[in-house]
Amino acid sequence: MQLSKKMRLDEAKEYVAGKLGVSVMDLCDSTVMRRLREELDIGVITAVAGAAKGLEAKARIADLLDVRINCVERLKNKMGL
Amino acid sequence: MAEIQTRMGDGYTVSMTPEEVREDLVAGSADAARRGKIPVLEPDELDYLFEMFASPTRIWGVERGREAVLSKDGSTNSLYSAQLSSGVGLPLSREQAFRTFERAFGFDTMEIGHTDYSVKPSKPIVVLEQNHVEAVLHTTIIPVFYGFMPNLGLYYQPDGPFPNPSDLLPKGQIAEARAATEEALEVCYNDLVWMTEKMDEVGADGINYDTTASTGDGEFLATLRAVEWAAKNTHLAVEVGMAAECVLGFHGQLEYNGKRLAGMWPHQQMEVVQEAGGHIFGPVVNTNSRKSTPWNLARAITFVKACTKDAKIPIHPNVGMGVGGVPMFEIPPIDVVTRCSAAMVMIGKADGL
Repeated sequence: MQLSKKMRLDEAKEYVAGKLGVSVMDLCDSTVMRRLREELDIGVITAVAGAAKGLEAKARIADLLDVRINCVERLKNKMGL
Repeated sequence: MAEIQTRMGDGYTVSMTPEEVREDLVAGSADAARRGKIPVLEPDELDYLFEMFASPTRIWGVERGREAVLSKDGSTNSLYSAQLSSGVGLPLSREQAFRTFERAFGFDTMEIGHTDYSVKPSKPIVVLEQNHVEAVLHTTIIPVFYGFMPNLGLYYQPDGPFPNPSDLLPKGQIAEARAATEEALEVCYNDLVWMTEKMDEVGADGINYDTTASTGDGEFLATLRAVEWAAKNTHLAVEVGMAAECVLGFHGQLEYNGKRLAGMWPHQQMEVVQEAGGHIFGPVVNTNSRKSTPWNLARAITFVKACTKDAKIPIHPNVGMGVGGVPMFEIPPIDVVTRCSAAMVMIGKADGL
Protein backbone atom coordinates (compact mmCIF):
# COMPACT_ATOMS: atom_id res chain seq x y z
CA MET A 1 0.00 0.00 0.00
CA GLN A 2 3.00 2.24 0.52
CA LEU A 3 4.11 1.48 -3.02
CA SER A 4 0.78 1.51 -4.80
CA LYS A 5 -0.97 4.33 -2.98
CA LYS A 6 1.82 6.11 -1.07
CA MET A 7 0.13 5.32 2.24
CA ARG A 8 1.99 6.06 5.46
CA LEU A 9 2.53 3.06 7.72
CA ASP A 10 -0.45 3.40 10.05
CA GLU A 11 -2.87 4.06 7.21
CA ALA A 12 -1.43 1.14 5.24
CA LYS A 13 -1.88 -1.22 8.18
CA GLU A 14 -5.47 -0.08 8.73
CA TYR A 15 -6.25 -0.56 5.05
CA VAL A 16 -4.80 -4.06 4.82
CA ALA A 17 -6.27 -5.14 8.16
CA GLY A 18 -9.65 -3.95 6.96
CA LYS A 19 -9.40 -5.84 3.69
CA LEU A 20 -8.32 -9.02 5.47
CA GLY A 21 -10.90 -8.72 8.23
CA VAL A 22 -8.39 -8.65 11.07
CA SER A 23 -7.23 -6.12 13.63
CA VAL A 24 -4.01 -4.18 13.16
CA MET A 25 -2.52 -6.10 16.11
CA ASP A 26 -3.41 -9.37 14.38
CA LEU A 27 -1.80 -8.09 11.18
CA CYS A 28 1.47 -7.82 13.07
CA ASP A 29 1.06 -11.28 14.68
CA SER A 30 2.97 -13.92 12.76
CA THR A 31 0.94 -16.74 14.32
CA VAL A 32 -2.37 -15.26 13.18
CA MET A 33 -1.04 -14.27 9.77
CA ARG A 34 0.55 -17.64 9.01
CA ARG A 35 -2.83 -19.33 9.26
CA LEU A 36 -4.68 -16.51 7.52
CA ARG A 37 -2.28 -16.42 4.58
CA GLU A 38 -2.81 -20.15 4.03
CA GLU A 39 -6.60 -19.79 4.26
CA LEU A 40 -6.60 -16.91 1.78
CA ASP A 41 -3.97 -18.67 -0.36
CA ILE A 42 -1.80 -15.59 -0.72
CA GLY A 43 1.54 -17.26 -0.06
CA VAL A 44 3.15 -18.65 3.08
CA ILE A 45 6.73 -18.62 4.24
CA THR A 46 7.26 -22.38 4.30
CA ALA A 47 7.18 -24.50 1.17
CA VAL A 48 3.68 -25.99 1.14
CA ALA A 49 2.81 -28.06 -1.92
CA GLY A 50 -0.26 -26.71 -3.68
CA ALA A 51 -0.14 -23.30 -2.00
CA ALA A 52 -0.10 -20.28 -4.28
CA LYS A 53 3.41 -19.19 -5.04
CA GLY A 54 5.09 -16.32 -6.82
CA LEU A 55 2.92 -14.57 -9.34
CA GLU A 56 -0.13 -16.70 -8.40
CA ALA A 57 -0.02 -15.33 -4.86
CA LYS A 58 0.67 -11.84 -6.11
CA ALA A 59 -2.38 -11.92 -8.38
CA ARG A 60 -4.56 -13.04 -5.48
CA ILE A 61 -3.12 -10.24 -3.31
CA ALA A 62 -3.88 -7.68 -6.02
CA ASP A 63 -7.54 -8.81 -6.05
CA LEU A 64 -7.84 -9.02 -2.29
CA LEU A 65 -6.37 -5.59 -1.63
CA ASP A 66 -7.85 -4.00 -4.74
CA VAL A 67 -4.50 -2.69 -5.91
CA ARG A 68 -2.82 -2.58 -9.27
CA ILE A 69 0.40 -4.61 -9.38
CA ASN A 70 2.55 -4.09 -12.46
CA CYS A 71 3.58 -7.70 -13.07
CA VAL A 72 0.03 -8.97 -12.51
CA GLU A 73 -1.22 -6.56 -15.15
CA ARG A 74 1.50 -7.82 -17.49
CA LEU A 75 0.30 -11.41 -16.93
CA LYS A 76 -3.27 -10.38 -17.74
CA ASN A 77 -2.10 -8.65 -20.91
CA LYS A 78 -0.15 -11.72 -21.98
CA MET A 79 -3.22 -13.87 -21.47
CA GLY A 80 -5.58 -11.42 -23.12
CA LEU A 81 -7.59 -10.95 -19.92
CA MET B 1 23.51 3.48 38.10
CA ALA B 2 26.55 1.63 36.88
CA GLU B 3 28.30 2.71 33.71
CA ILE B 4 26.51 2.11 30.42
CA GLN B 5 28.11 -0.02 27.72
CA THR B 6 27.41 1.32 24.28
CA ARG B 7 29.35 2.00 21.10
CA MET B 8 31.27 4.75 19.39
CA GLY B 9 30.54 5.71 15.80
CA ASP B 10 33.39 3.45 14.67
CA GLY B 11 31.77 0.40 16.30
CA TYR B 12 34.09 0.02 19.30
CA THR B 13 32.65 -0.44 22.77
CA VAL B 14 32.69 2.50 25.11
CA SER B 15 31.65 2.83 28.76
CA MET B 16 29.77 5.98 29.57
CA THR B 17 28.19 7.29 32.74
CA PRO B 18 24.44 7.92 32.62
CA GLU B 19 25.17 11.64 32.67
CA GLU B 20 27.48 11.33 29.67
CA VAL B 21 24.85 9.39 27.72
CA ARG B 22 22.22 12.04 28.44
CA GLU B 23 24.62 14.82 27.49
CA ASP B 24 25.41 13.13 24.19
CA LEU B 25 21.73 12.57 23.39
CA VAL B 26 21.00 16.24 23.97
CA ALA B 27 24.10 17.40 22.11
CA GLY B 28 23.45 15.16 19.10
CA SER B 29 19.90 16.37 18.75
CA ALA B 30 21.02 19.98 19.18
CA ASP B 31 23.60 19.58 16.42
CA ALA B 32 20.95 18.42 13.96
CA ALA B 33 18.56 21.15 15.06
CA ARG B 34 21.18 23.85 14.55
CA ARG B 35 22.20 22.65 11.10
CA GLY B 36 18.74 21.89 9.76
CA LYS B 37 16.90 24.66 11.64
CA ILE B 38 14.51 22.02 12.96
CA PRO B 39 13.17 21.20 16.43
CA VAL B 40 15.19 19.22 18.97
CA LEU B 41 13.84 15.99 20.40
CA GLU B 42 11.22 16.25 23.14
CA PRO B 43 12.11 15.32 26.75
CA ASP B 44 10.05 12.12 26.66
CA GLU B 45 11.80 11.10 23.43
CA LEU B 46 15.19 11.65 25.03
CA ASP B 47 14.00 9.60 28.01
CA TYR B 48 13.09 6.72 25.68
CA LEU B 49 16.51 6.85 24.05
CA PHE B 50 18.25 6.97 27.42
CA GLU B 51 16.27 4.00 28.73
CA MET B 52 17.10 2.10 25.56
CA PHE B 53 20.84 2.72 25.82
CA ALA B 54 20.87 2.08 29.58
CA SER B 55 19.21 -1.31 29.20
CA PRO B 56 21.70 -4.16 29.45
CA THR B 57 19.90 -6.28 26.83
CA ARG B 58 21.83 -7.02 23.69
CA ILE B 59 18.81 -6.83 21.44
CA TRP B 60 16.19 -4.07 21.34
CA GLY B 61 12.96 -3.98 19.38
CA VAL B 62 9.81 -2.05 18.69
CA GLU B 63 6.70 -2.58 20.75
CA ARG B 64 4.27 -5.16 19.43
CA GLY B 65 1.95 -3.53 16.94
CA ARG B 66 4.58 -0.98 15.86
CA GLU B 67 6.33 -3.21 13.35
CA ALA B 68 7.47 -1.47 10.18
CA VAL B 69 8.46 -2.73 6.75
CA LEU B 70 11.90 -3.19 5.26
CA SER B 71 12.84 -1.97 1.79
CA LYS B 72 16.23 -2.90 0.38
CA ASP B 73 18.95 -1.19 -1.53
CA GLY B 74 22.11 -2.67 -2.97
CA SER B 75 20.10 -5.58 -4.40
CA THR B 76 21.35 -9.10 -3.83
CA ASN B 77 24.99 -7.97 -3.69
CA SER B 78 24.92 -8.57 0.07
CA LEU B 79 24.94 -12.31 -0.50
CA TYR B 80 26.93 -13.03 -3.66
CA SER B 81 29.25 -10.07 -3.97
CA ALA B 82 32.50 -9.33 -2.22
CA GLN B 83 33.62 -6.93 0.49
CA LEU B 84 33.30 -3.99 -1.92
CA SER B 85 29.52 -4.36 -1.61
CA SER B 86 29.62 -5.67 1.98
CA GLY B 87 28.93 -9.03 0.42
CA VAL B 88 29.63 -12.41 1.97
CA GLY B 89 30.71 -14.13 -1.26
CA LEU B 90 28.10 -16.90 -1.43
CA PRO B 91 27.94 -18.90 -4.68
CA LEU B 92 24.35 -17.83 -5.40
CA SER B 93 22.70 -16.54 -8.54
CA ARG B 94 20.66 -13.37 -8.25
CA GLU B 95 17.44 -15.36 -8.47
CA GLN B 96 18.56 -17.68 -5.68
CA ALA B 97 19.68 -14.76 -3.55
CA PHE B 98 16.39 -12.92 -4.13
CA ARG B 99 14.36 -15.90 -3.00
CA THR B 100 16.63 -16.34 0.01
CA PHE B 101 15.94 -12.76 1.06
CA GLU B 102 12.19 -13.35 0.72
CA ARG B 103 11.94 -16.76 2.33
CA ALA B 104 14.76 -17.04 4.83
CA PHE B 105 15.33 -13.42 5.83
CA GLY B 106 11.72 -12.20 5.59
CA PHE B 107 12.43 -9.04 3.61
CA ASP B 108 9.43 -7.00 2.52
CA THR B 109 10.88 -5.79 -0.78
CA MET B 110 13.95 -6.79 -2.73
CA GLU B 111 15.92 -5.61 -5.72
CA ILE B 112 17.59 -6.93 -8.75
CA GLY B 113 20.60 -4.77 -9.56
CA HIS B 114 23.86 -4.94 -11.45
CA THR B 115 26.92 -6.05 -9.48
CA ASP B 116 28.42 -2.73 -10.57
CA TYR B 117 25.41 -0.98 -9.07
CA SER B 118 25.22 2.20 -11.17
CA VAL B 119 22.95 3.20 -14.05
CA LYS B 120 25.78 3.74 -16.57
CA PRO B 121 27.20 0.17 -16.50
CA SER B 122 23.69 -1.31 -16.36
CA LYS B 123 22.71 0.10 -19.75
CA PRO B 124 24.78 -2.18 -22.01
CA ILE B 125 23.42 -5.29 -20.30
CA VAL B 126 19.84 -4.12 -19.93
CA VAL B 127 18.39 -7.20 -21.61
CA LEU B 128 20.12 -9.44 -19.08
CA GLU B 129 18.81 -7.26 -16.26
CA GLN B 130 15.29 -7.40 -17.67
CA ASN B 131 15.45 -11.18 -17.87
CA HIS B 132 16.52 -11.49 -14.26
CA VAL B 133 13.74 -9.17 -13.15
CA GLU B 134 11.23 -11.25 -15.11
CA ALA B 135 12.52 -14.46 -13.55
CA VAL B 136 12.01 -13.27 -9.98
CA LEU B 137 8.65 -11.67 -10.79
CA HIS B 138 7.36 -15.13 -11.57
CA THR B 139 8.72 -16.90 -8.52
CA THR B 140 8.40 -14.42 -5.65
CA ILE B 141 5.64 -12.54 -3.89
CA ILE B 142 7.36 -9.47 -2.43
CA PRO B 143 7.64 -6.32 -4.57
CA VAL B 144 10.48 -6.53 -7.07
CA PHE B 145 12.49 -3.38 -7.55
CA TYR B 146 15.25 -2.68 -9.99
CA GLY B 147 17.91 -0.60 -8.29
CA PHE B 148 20.92 1.46 -9.29
CA MET B 149 22.82 4.54 -8.30
CA PRO B 150 22.56 7.56 -10.63
CA ASN B 151 26.28 8.08 -9.83
CA LEU B 152 26.91 11.21 -11.91
CA GLY B 153 30.60 10.82 -11.11
CA LEU B 154 30.87 8.11 -13.77
CA TYR B 155 29.98 10.66 -16.45
CA TYR B 156 33.03 12.78 -15.69
CA GLN B 157 36.58 12.15 -16.85
CA PRO B 158 38.38 9.75 -16.61
CA ASP B 159 35.35 7.41 -16.49
CA GLY B 160 33.13 9.49 -18.75
CA PRO B 161 33.30 12.11 -21.47
CA PHE B 162 32.73 15.33 -19.51
CA PRO B 163 35.37 17.45 -17.78
CA ASN B 164 35.48 16.75 -14.07
CA PRO B 165 34.26 19.55 -11.77
CA SER B 166 36.50 18.13 -9.02
CA ASP B 167 39.46 19.02 -11.26
CA LEU B 168 38.06 22.36 -12.46
CA LEU B 169 36.92 23.86 -9.16
CA PRO B 170 40.35 23.87 -7.43
CA LYS B 171 41.64 25.82 -10.45
CA GLY B 172 38.93 28.41 -9.98
CA GLN B 173 37.22 27.39 -13.24
CA ILE B 174 33.76 27.68 -11.75
CA ALA B 175 31.88 28.50 -14.95
CA GLU B 176 33.51 25.55 -16.71
CA ALA B 177 32.66 23.23 -13.79
CA ARG B 178 29.04 24.36 -13.87
CA ALA B 179 28.85 23.85 -17.63
CA ALA B 180 30.27 20.32 -17.27
CA THR B 181 27.71 19.50 -14.57
CA GLU B 182 24.83 20.82 -16.67
CA GLU B 183 25.87 18.76 -19.68
CA ALA B 184 26.58 15.59 -17.70
CA LEU B 185 23.33 15.68 -15.79
CA GLU B 186 21.34 15.73 -19.03
CA VAL B 187 23.02 12.54 -20.19
CA CYS B 188 22.56 10.95 -16.74
CA TYR B 189 18.87 11.94 -16.78
CA ASN B 190 18.41 10.33 -20.20
CA ASP B 191 20.05 7.13 -18.95
CA LEU B 192 17.88 7.07 -15.81
CA VAL B 193 14.73 7.48 -17.90
CA TRP B 194 15.81 4.87 -20.44
CA MET B 195 16.58 2.21 -17.81
CA THR B 196 13.42 3.03 -15.86
CA GLU B 197 11.31 2.55 -18.97
CA LYS B 198 12.98 -0.79 -19.66
CA MET B 199 12.07 -2.04 -16.22
CA ASP B 200 8.49 -0.84 -16.50
CA GLU B 201 8.24 -2.73 -19.80
CA VAL B 202 8.90 -6.05 -18.09
CA GLY B 203 6.54 -5.41 -15.19
CA ALA B 204 8.88 -4.55 -12.33
CA ASP B 205 7.06 -3.28 -9.27
CA GLY B 206 9.39 -0.43 -8.54
CA ILE B 207 12.58 1.44 -9.30
CA ASN B 208 15.09 2.53 -6.67
CA TYR B 209 17.37 5.49 -7.33
CA ASP B 210 19.98 4.79 -4.69
CA THR B 211 22.63 7.05 -3.12
CA THR B 212 21.02 9.99 -4.87
CA ALA B 213 23.07 13.19 -4.88
CA SER B 214 26.32 11.35 -4.18
CA THR B 215 27.91 13.72 -6.69
CA GLY B 216 25.96 16.71 -5.45
CA ASP B 217 23.22 18.95 -6.74
CA GLY B 218 23.63 18.06 -10.42
CA GLU B 219 22.92 14.42 -9.69
CA PHE B 220 20.00 15.34 -7.45
CA LEU B 221 18.43 17.39 -10.24
CA ALA B 222 18.87 14.61 -12.81
CA THR B 223 17.22 12.19 -10.39
CA LEU B 224 14.31 14.46 -9.49
CA ARG B 225 13.56 14.95 -13.16
CA ALA B 226 13.72 11.17 -13.65
CA VAL B 227 11.32 10.69 -10.72
CA GLU B 228 8.96 13.15 -12.34
CA TRP B 229 9.15 11.29 -15.64
CA ALA B 230 8.69 7.87 -13.99
CA ALA B 231 5.73 9.04 -11.93
CA LYS B 232 3.98 10.40 -15.04
CA ASN B 233 4.85 7.73 -17.57
CA THR B 234 5.13 4.40 -15.77
CA HIS B 235 3.32 2.33 -13.15
CA LEU B 236 6.48 1.82 -11.15
CA ALA B 237 6.72 2.74 -7.49
CA VAL B 238 9.63 5.16 -7.26
CA GLU B 239 11.95 5.02 -4.28
CA VAL B 240 14.65 7.63 -3.78
CA GLY B 241 17.40 6.85 -1.31
CA MET B 242 19.89 9.60 -0.60
CA ALA B 243 23.67 9.42 -0.33
CA ALA B 244 24.30 11.96 2.40
CA GLU B 245 22.53 14.22 4.81
CA CYS B 246 23.31 17.45 2.97
CA VAL B 247 23.33 17.97 -0.79
CA LEU B 248 26.75 19.15 -1.89
CA GLY B 249 26.76 22.18 -4.16
CA PHE B 250 29.30 21.24 -6.84
CA HIS B 251 27.26 23.52 -9.11
CA GLY B 252 25.61 25.63 -6.45
CA GLN B 253 22.90 27.27 -8.52
CA LEU B 254 20.72 24.39 -9.69
CA GLU B 255 17.10 24.56 -8.67
CA TYR B 256 14.04 22.32 -8.78
CA ASN B 257 10.72 24.18 -8.91
CA GLY B 258 12.44 27.31 -7.69
CA LYS B 259 14.18 25.64 -4.75
CA ARG B 260 17.95 25.61 -4.68
CA LEU B 261 19.19 22.05 -4.25
CA ALA B 262 22.65 22.76 -2.85
CA GLY B 263 22.66 22.70 0.92
CA MET B 264 19.33 20.90 1.30
CA TRP B 265 18.88 18.89 4.50
CA PRO B 266 16.73 15.72 4.69
CA HIS B 267 13.39 17.41 5.36
CA GLN B 268 13.98 19.75 2.41
CA GLN B 269 15.12 16.86 0.18
CA MET B 270 11.90 15.02 1.12
CA GLU B 271 9.77 17.94 -0.06
CA VAL B 272 11.23 18.01 -3.56
CA VAL B 273 11.13 14.22 -3.92
CA GLN B 274 7.49 14.34 -2.88
CA GLU B 275 6.80 17.15 -5.36
CA ALA B 276 8.47 15.18 -8.13
CA GLY B 277 6.08 12.29 -7.49
CA GLY B 278 8.25 9.85 -5.56
CA HIS B 279 6.56 7.04 -3.63
CA ILE B 280 9.15 6.42 -0.90
CA PHE B 281 11.87 8.73 0.39
CA GLY B 282 14.92 7.37 2.17
CA PRO B 283 16.79 10.08 4.10
CA VAL B 284 20.38 9.57 5.11
CA VAL B 285 22.07 10.95 8.21
CA ASN B 286 25.80 10.32 8.28
CA THR B 287 27.49 8.78 11.31
CA ASN B 288 30.36 10.67 12.93
CA SER B 289 32.81 7.93 13.89
CA ARG B 290 34.40 10.12 16.60
CA LYS B 291 31.13 10.53 18.46
CA SER B 292 29.14 8.01 20.50
CA THR B 293 26.17 6.10 19.11
CA PRO B 294 23.79 7.96 21.49
CA TRP B 295 25.03 11.23 19.97
CA ASN B 296 24.76 9.91 16.43
CA LEU B 297 21.33 8.34 16.88
CA ALA B 298 19.78 11.36 18.60
CA ARG B 299 21.11 13.48 15.75
CA ALA B 300 19.79 11.10 13.09
CA ILE B 301 16.35 10.84 14.64
CA THR B 302 16.07 14.62 14.91
CA PHE B 303 16.62 14.91 11.16
CA VAL B 304 14.26 12.01 10.37
CA LYS B 305 11.49 13.36 12.61
CA ALA B 306 11.58 16.58 10.63
CA CYS B 307 10.87 14.47 7.52
CA THR B 308 8.15 12.24 8.93
CA LYS B 309 6.32 15.12 10.59
CA ASP B 310 5.10 16.65 7.33
CA ALA B 311 5.58 13.85 4.81
CA LYS B 312 2.72 12.77 2.57
CA ILE B 313 4.69 9.78 1.32
CA PRO B 314 6.27 6.90 3.28
CA ILE B 315 9.67 7.65 4.78
CA HIS B 316 12.20 4.81 4.95
CA PRO B 317 15.37 6.18 6.57
CA ASN B 318 18.61 4.48 5.66
CA VAL B 319 19.72 2.56 8.74
CA GLY B 320 22.87 0.65 7.97
CA MET B 321 26.62 0.83 7.99
CA GLY B 322 27.55 4.42 8.80
CA VAL B 323 24.06 5.91 8.49
CA GLY B 324 20.98 6.37 10.63
CA GLY B 325 23.01 6.36 13.84
CA VAL B 326 24.62 2.98 13.09
CA PRO B 327 28.42 2.80 13.48
CA MET B 328 30.64 3.01 10.45
CA PHE B 329 31.99 -0.52 10.55
CA GLU B 330 31.89 -3.43 8.12
CA ILE B 331 29.82 -5.60 10.46
CA PRO B 332 27.74 -3.15 12.49
CA PRO B 333 27.20 -4.54 16.01
CA ILE B 334 23.72 -5.88 16.58
CA ASP B 335 23.28 -4.22 19.99
CA VAL B 336 23.20 -0.78 18.40
CA VAL B 337 21.74 -1.79 15.02
CA THR B 338 18.60 -3.03 16.78
CA ARG B 339 18.46 0.09 18.94
CA CYS B 340 18.88 2.47 16.02
CA SER B 341 16.32 0.58 13.95
CA ALA B 342 13.69 0.45 16.68
CA ALA B 343 14.20 4.07 17.68
CA MET B 344 13.76 5.22 14.09
CA VAL B 345 10.28 3.70 14.14
CA MET B 346 9.27 4.47 17.72
CA ILE B 347 10.60 8.04 17.95
CA GLY B 348 11.44 8.95 14.36
CA LYS B 349 7.99 7.74 13.19
CA ALA B 350 9.56 6.07 10.17
CA ASP B 351 7.22 4.09 7.92
CA GLY B 352 9.93 1.57 7.23
CA LEU B 353 13.66 1.20 6.99
